[in-house]
Amino acid sequence: MIHIDLTDQPIAVADALRSVEADGAGAINTFIGTVRNQSTGRAVIRLEYEAYDSMALHQLRKVAEQAVAQWPMLQKVTVIHRKGTLHIGDVAVVVAVSTPHRAESFAACQYIIDTLKQVVTIWKKEFYQDGDVWVAAHP
Amino acid sequence: MRLNIALFGVAREIVGQPTLEIETAAGQSARGLLSELHARYPALAALSSLAVAVNNEYAADDAPLHERDEIALIPPVSGG
Repeated sequence: MIHIDLTDQPIAVADALRSVEADGAGAINTFIGTVRNQSTGRAVIRLEYEAYDSMALHQLRKVAEQAVAQWPMLQKVTVIHRKGTLHIGDVAVVVAVSTPHRAESFAACQYIIDTLKQVVTIWKKEFYQDGDVWVAAHP
Repeated sequence: MRLNIALFGVAREIVGQPTLEIETAAGQSARGLLSELHARYPALAALSSLAVAVNNEYAADDAPLHERDEIALIPPVSGG
């Protein structure tokens, strides 16, 4: 019921949504993270995501398991993160969850994406016309 | 003891290579390893944060390291 993936291929969003369908679910909630065209006012040309694969997969699974522990009514959870080079509009991450009722689906989906951003070993480098920056690296 | 450390993101760029072999005292802690690395690579100390991972888990500051461990430096993550 937990599906985790880290891929250098485009994420098949429709397949991710189908993967959380469940007869006991009255709600499917998704978060889709996409590449924005600017960051703090600078035009972004592309992003590169680097991952510590084994730890990222392990930590992603732990985050999903924590969500299941907190919302035991979760039917299915899918989290897929992209790595490699991404361009404006590309999908970087998909979180999809299914629950009997909608309130828990919103809460669990938000918990998973918020916690992912804090602990999962994935790094994003933004490329601009005139340089590049590892996001969040420096105060 | 001799530790092999995997480097990622900005830490990999600061050190200039994807792995680092370092000779350190037996039983060295995660905190002690970071102190040694900060001395060798001052730019690491300028990062917002730098954690040590052991066998795919974040290590506590006083966790002793072992040669057989899979050790990595974890600069501020920015997935999502």
